[in-house]
Amino acid sequence: MQWEIVIGIETHAQLTTQSKIFSGSSIAYGAMPNTQTNAVDLALPGVLPVLNQGAVERAVKLGLAVGAKINSPSIFARKNYFYPDLPKGYQISQYELPIVEGGSIKIQIGETEKTVHLTRAHLEEDAGKSLHEDFQGMSGIDLNRAGTPLLEIVTEPDMRSSAEAVAYAKTLHSLVCWIGICDGNMQEGSFRCDANVSVRPKGSETLGTRCEIKNLNSFRFLEKAIDFEARRQIEVLEDGGSIRQETRLYDANKDETRTMRSKEDANDYRYFPDPDLLPLEIADSWIDQLKDSLPELPEARRARYITDLGLSAYDAAVLTSAREIADYFENLLELLPDQAKLCANWVMGEISGRLNKEAIEITACPITPAQLAALLSRINDGTISGKAAKTVFESMWQGELERNADAIIDAKGLKQISDDGAIEQLVDEVLAANAQQVADYRSGKEKAFNSLVGQVMKAAKGKANPAQVNAMLKKKLSA
Amino acid sequence: MFNASLKQLSTQLAEKKISSVELTKAFLQRIEARNTEYNAFITVNEELSLAQAQVADQMIAAGQASQLTGIPIAQKDIFCAKGWLTTCGSKMLSNFVSPYDANVIERFNQIGAVNIGKTNMDEFAMGSSNETSYYGPVRNPWDVEAVPGGSSGGSASAVAARLAPAATGTDTGGSIRQPAALCGISGIKPTYGLVSRYGMIAFASSLDQGGPMAKSAEDLALMLGVMTGFDARDSTSLQRETEDYTRDLEKPLSGLRIGLPKEYFAKGMSKDVECAVEQALDEYRKLGAEMVEVSLPNSQLSIPVYYVLAPAEASSNLSRFDGVRYGHRAKSYGDLNDMYRKSRAEGFGAEVKRRILIGTYVLSHGYYDAYYIKAQKVRRLITQDFVDAFKQCDIMMGPTSPTVAFNIGEKSSDPIQMYLSDIYTSAASLAGLPGMSIPIGFGDKNRPVGLHIIGNYFTEAKMLNVAHQYQLVTDWHQRSPV
Repeated sequence: MQWEIVIGIETHAQLTTQSKIFSGSSIAYGAMPNTQTNAVDLALPGVLPVLNQGAVERAVKLGLAVGAKINSPSIFARKNYFYPDLPKGYQISQYELPIVEGGSIKIQIGETEKTVHLTRAHLEEDAGKSLHEDFQGMSGIDLNRAGTPLLEIVTEPDMRSSAEAVAYAKTLHSLVCWIGICDGNMQEGSFRCDANVSVRPKGSETLGTRCEIKNLNSFRFLEKAIDFEARRQIEVLEDGGSIRQETRLYDANKDETRTMRSKEDANDYRYFPDPDLLPLEIADSWIDQLKDSLPELPEARRARYITDLGLSAYDAAVLTSAREIADYFENLLELLPDQAKLCANWVMGEISGRLNKEAIEITACPITPAQLAALLSRINDGTISGKAAKTVFESMWQGELERNADAIIDAKGLKQISDDGAIEQLVDEVLAANAQQVADYRSGKEKAFNSLVGQVMKAAKGKANPAQVNAMLKKKLSA
Repeated sequence: MFNASLKQLSTQLAEKKISSVELTKAFLQRIEARNTEYNAFITVNEELSLAQAQVADQMIAAGQASQLTGIPIAQKDIFCAKGWLTTCGSKMLSNFVSPYDANVIERFNQIGAVNIGKTNMDEFAMGSSNETSYYGPVRNPWDVEAVPGGSSGGSASAVAARLAPAATGTDTGGSIRQPAALCGISGIKPTYGLVSRYGMIAFASSLDQGGPMAKSAEDLALMLGVMTGFDARDSTSLQRETEDYTRDLEKPLSGLRIGLPKEYFAKGMSKDVECAVEQALDEYRKLGAEMVEVSLPNSQLSIPVYYVLAPAEASSNLSRFDGVRYGHRAKSYGDLNDMYRKSRAEGFGAEVKRRILIGTYVLSHGYYDAYYIKAQKVRRLITQDFVDAFKQCDIMMGPTSPTVAFNIGEKSSDPIQMYLSDIYTSAASLAGLPGMSIPIGFGDKNRPVGLHIIGNYFTEAKMLNVAHQYQLVTDWHQRSPV
């Protein structure tokens, strides 16, 4: 039987506020345990939550960026359960009326575009951390993280493969970083995904029973966990079994998912509106203000690159995978307005490759767009060959001659011979010295032509403009 | 001195006839001598109180005094006070010394009032007789066989027995007004949102409201001026201009339209209470007020609605008492769940457990709509009744409690009977309206009767005016059991 995989994703994006969502404590990562906790975070008797406006602002920005409805009012609700790292015995979240409802995100898989619909995005507080290893016979509790603002972004079950899921997660990751609401640091847990996975016979309209895989904190784990889980479910079903709705954990070491808790064990969270927090009303004027403050979004840029610049959908997607990359590209393009493809190739090729190799961000790229533009314009005007340009690029990367392309070209003698007279002279010499090959060519052996080109280039020490050499040879041979 | 009004004490302090330290010592001695009889205080801390009194004397000497500077105030043990044991009447917090001050405590500290001690209360403010306290029942100074009412029973008893010039209380369904009535003192629960709940240990957040308890309306007005005001740390705190609640005390009452909700006079009220209320209303007629019959058709639903919503919120509010970070933790336990189970089983009393169970039940999957949502809808109807009725009157009156104080033990085995003590007070709480009780005489066994005054939103000054004018022509508020 042919199976179809159905995936929905819930993402917890930690928001880039200075302080916690309901208290003034810092949320900076990596502090000594319990040093970023005040009376509110400790849930001392009598304390009350006060909503951080910065968290609301960021949620609204996400909503605007994905074309969602901003609910006003939205309601904070209490999710009740006991756990030592949940100091109040409930988590403040949003349940029936989330701040963001609907919206969609376009993803690119190769040259294919697909729309993933969002169900909702809601604000909530993170829990603390339980540390089970360091204390013999006891557990330690670190409440630094308790109360960190999160935006939980939930999709419809719109994805059909792990590749689509990863494309979605990457696109969302890029978007939340792009609009500055999340730092996207996956190692520190700033962006974590849960995947809801089910399978069904291809062509079926009804959804299969789903399992939720929790806390996938890298794109690779997301992909592998989904692949494993889908395979597991298909095997169970093909053996005549049935899928139990449950929450599972992905073990990266063993590359498998394991049961964490079944639906029967799930808590009844007894959600109800938090009476300590009033319904959250958001003024239209503030929404308008936030709308104006948003940068041009990746989708808009992508569309512009395709229609205005004539780039492929793939190129446009790669260039807009991060705002900093797109900005670099545009700064470069500004200096070489007619050379979109050349600029794109260099940003996606040499620049990205080199950055990856050195594991640095484009914001730390040693070569500025202006410096790179100076180099590319020398390819463009025929001063140097593409091959020579790579040599110049390498020198620039190393910081030689203040990254001045022309100075490097001069110093290394990489200038092409583009002078017709000089090329004609070279060609004449080669033709005179290779009478046999000239005869071969004239008798129909096309291959001989390439050999002659090679001879000319060799004579020119690789510096002759290849197009001009070709043209000159053709002209002389057909004469 | 013990019967003096706040204004009189203030004058004596200002004129240096007495120092705050002397005044504080006098009340501390009185508490020491008599608290065993009433059990009105859970904690007295001479050192902390006298330190505050010294600061107050310095403020007075430096000319920085305001009206309540240097005056001892008893604080209900629901308010967190830095350095003070703050128990909320529960074994669960019997070891909890608060590291911070509630907003109300801060406000008293700022003006140099003296915290004279933390008063006894029903455990987590759940009760109408002060019998649920882990620290034992409080006794009514008018008759030590009788309950003082609750949950602010310790504060009511302390003021009635003249162990403190005034006290703070909190009111969720009647917890200031009912004990004030039963102990023959005055008490006001202001409009929801006027007094910050920050540092006031939560019972039912959407209903809890702090307020003063004192001998007279005039004293209440001074106390209320200190206690109210916007607090950014409480999201339900209201941003309003500060008020002088004494400003209207002297206004005549001619033309005042007093609404009498017919449902409050229909049935359930005992004869002695009815008699005292009628006499009080006659007094108001003499003062120039006119009586208007109004109707609150949904008010009979206020007890069931209250006992769905308040426990629902409480069940969640009390989840933080898990033995993990502070408070009672069982001595021996197996795993984590066992620690929770034992700590909470040992730390909470029967009434608190009952309400956690009720609250958990009404919020549970499958019952939420039928109970919680339904109750919220009825709450809106109850509120609307008041909005409509206030179109016909300026203020409403009725009995505070259906009976005078009952005996200790009389109702403690019958929760429903106990819950009905709040039948007249809980509706105003659900509507967020200000409510007040003033003493208007005595009923059976010579136990006090209170008149319930319900005002429209933010009409505390008017309510205090109405109460004060009555107290100018009567002396019930000056009667003392001791």
